[in-house]
Amino acid sequence: VDSQVTCPWRSNLVRPRKHIKNCYATYSPFQATSSVEIIMFLFNLQELAGEMVLMFSLFSVSTKAPIQWEERSVTAIKGPSGRWMIPPEAKESMDKSKIGLKGPLKTPIAAGHPSMNLLLRKTFDLYANVRPCASIEGYKTPYDDVNLVTIRENTEGEYSGIEHVIVNGVVQSIKLITEKASKRIAEYAFEYARNNQRISVTAVHKANIMRMSDGLFLRKCREVAENYKDIKFTEMYLDTVCLNMVQDPTQFDVLVMPNLYGDILSDLCAGLIGGLGVTPSGNIGANGVAIFESVHGTAPDIAGKDLANPTALLLSAVMMLRHMGLHGYAKKIEMACFDTIRDKKVLTKDLGGNSKCSEFTNEICRRVQDMD
Amino acid sequence: HCVFQPPPAKYGGQHTVTLIPGDGIGPELLNHVREVFRFSCVPVDFEVVNVNSSRADEDDINNAITAIRRNGVALKGNIETNHTMPPSFKSRNNLMRTSLDLYANMMHCQSLPGVQTRHKNIDIIIIRENTEGEYSSLEHESVSGVVESLKIITRLNSLRIADYAFRLAREKGRRRVTAVHKANIMKLGDGLFLQCCREVASGYPDITFDSMIVDNTTMQLVCKPQQFDVMVMPNLYGNVVSNVCAGLVGGPGLVPGANYGRDYAMFETATRNTGKSIANKNIANPTAMLLASCLLLDHLKLHEYATTIRNAILTTMNETRLHTPDIGGQGTTSEVVQSIMNIIQKTGPRTVAYY
Repeated sequence: VDSQVTCPWRSNLVRPRKHIKNCYATYSPFQATSSVEIIMFLFNLQELAGEMVLMFSLFSVSTKAPIQWEERSVTAIKGPSGRWMIPPEAKESMDKSKIGLKGPLKTPIAAGHPSMNLLLRKTFDLYANVRPCASIEGYKTPYDDVNLVTIRENTEGEYSGIEHVIVNGVVQSIKLITEKASKRIAEYAFEYARNNQRISVTAVHKANIMRMSDGLFLRKCREVAENYKDIKFTEMYLDTVCLNMVQDPTQFDVLVMPNLYGDILSDLCAGLIGGLGVTPSGNIGANGVAIFESVHGTAPDIAGKDLANPTALLLSAVMMLRHMGLHGYAKKIEMACFDTIRDKKVLTKDLGGNSKCSEFTNEICRRVQDMD
Repeated sequence: HCVFQPPPAKYGGQHTVTLIPGDGIGPELLNHVREVFRFSCVPVDFEVVNVNSSRADEDDINNAITAIRRNGVALKGNIETNHTMPPSFKSRNNLMRTSLDLYANMMHCQSLPGVQTRHKNIDIIIIRENTEGEYSSLEHESVSGVVESLKIITRLNSLRIADYAFRLAREKGRRRVTAVHKANIMKLGDGLFLQCCREVASGYPDITFDSMIVDNTTMQLVCKPQQFDVMVMPNLYGNVVSNVCAGLVGGPGLVPGANYGRDYAMFETATRNTGKSIANKNIANPTAMLLASCLLLDHLKLHEYATTIRNAILTTMNETRLHTPDIGGQGTTSEVVQSIMNIIQKTGPRTVAYY
């Protein structure tokens, strides 16, 4: 990445790297240390993520958040057993620090190994995908006042990957719903609602058609709701949610649902606020692991040209800071980002302006500094 | 659109159509349809078959299915499914669709000029596979706490629905068909569907064929719905996409839906809502059901009646004060129906004197 960064912190810490072909974006897990030192590593990556993670690193410097970064590659390697897995160094680092930030990953079509997002999910048992969707002032969409969170079960459901050809021309896909996973996601949803001062949780299902599977999911949600009397619990059919969502999204607060519905609804909600370029996302796993990521694609056509919009990754990082309890820093970065977008003076191309990625980030850095 | 010819009108030139009132707002809206038909002297007799949704046995629904087999055409309201009942109690609506093999669900979403919406100029035809996919109702609990639900995709049904979609597109002069799928995850199932669509597309070189993943589709629909023309998809995605599109053009009260099979046809509202909360309050929007009845008339080749009633409905739509509450107005159902009948009287052929 040889972006023309004019940020003063760049100085000696940055080691320019060349493009490395076929290298996938890395994620960096990090741990909160008591010291306020920032150690910054550049990431060897090719695609969009590079600039953005760079921007974010530069950014954290300005806020002096007590974070130490470690970069790790997640290129899949074949383990001794012959199964594909993520590199052991990455796993080790993640187990130690528990929190990660990830840029976009792209699995090439004839890679020979399964999707890396899938590998990550399986390795760390990332069972909940959380996507808060809130309208961004200054980025106009036909929908204002959107303020909801979709919580999607991420391990089973329709994406279990179990398919067979029964006879030639007849294919069967299995949707798996288990009690354990449904209970876990319901508990997470209610905990999230409670910790983030949310008013209601809505379970989205299609139990009229898939009586047993979605019925089980719904039963578990109801059971968990009993323990959270302070939070309002409702149930709604998937089609009714879709219908009402495009007419009046303000009626929804927290939505919890199985895998496929979650996939569709979370992208629908992202579309309401302006697309994947501005939507943050977090994956929560067992044992306290959490990986935050931007969910848009790798955009190879603009990679390395300093044109990317870092908002999604930035907001994901804000989510991460909140998850770690660093609310002050999170608030500062978030406010600076929203103020920059609202002012409309320095915006990247997809937000309607014609500034570069670095200019956009510098502007946010400046605002954060002004706040101190 | 299908090969089926409506039965020759017997009994004095009258067609017989099975009418299933259903639950919620179904009965009152279908009464309005009958009122409008009687007023306009439409040569259709309705055979009413009630289906009691609270009964556990299947006699009622079997009677209804037999009646539809007899008459060939039906108009129905939605029958409620109590999902606390055990899995052996199948959804009545689903049972009808699968028994009669109504494999294609067609829904035409058009922005209406008189209705205020966030997006304008939407004109999408959605064709949804209606019998298989996730709605196969094949589930089992292998071990306590682990449930499997089977989604079945067959080559035969996928080819059939793709063929229907392309024929319809050609008939209506549409330029583009988009297949909606999730083949990156469900490689075999949706992969088969996509492959079948491609095969059929090769036989229609004048129509552009492309595909889109369902989550991207919903995102594009809320950002830029004008890019879509005809869309074809399996059952569950069809459910999601049709509800999103109905919401985009103004809500469930405006869009009619049709279910076509090789031998039978069934007409209803597109989003299949029972509307329990607004039942019997005279505030339901009759537009969807009335437009569905116009589709019925088109199917029976009674085109002049269909056009008259349809024009009357669209004219009423443009009188803003005659909108029902669901689209932001203050009017009641009866006021809207009365207005439609007044317009029919002024513009249409012979009508009965309205008492």
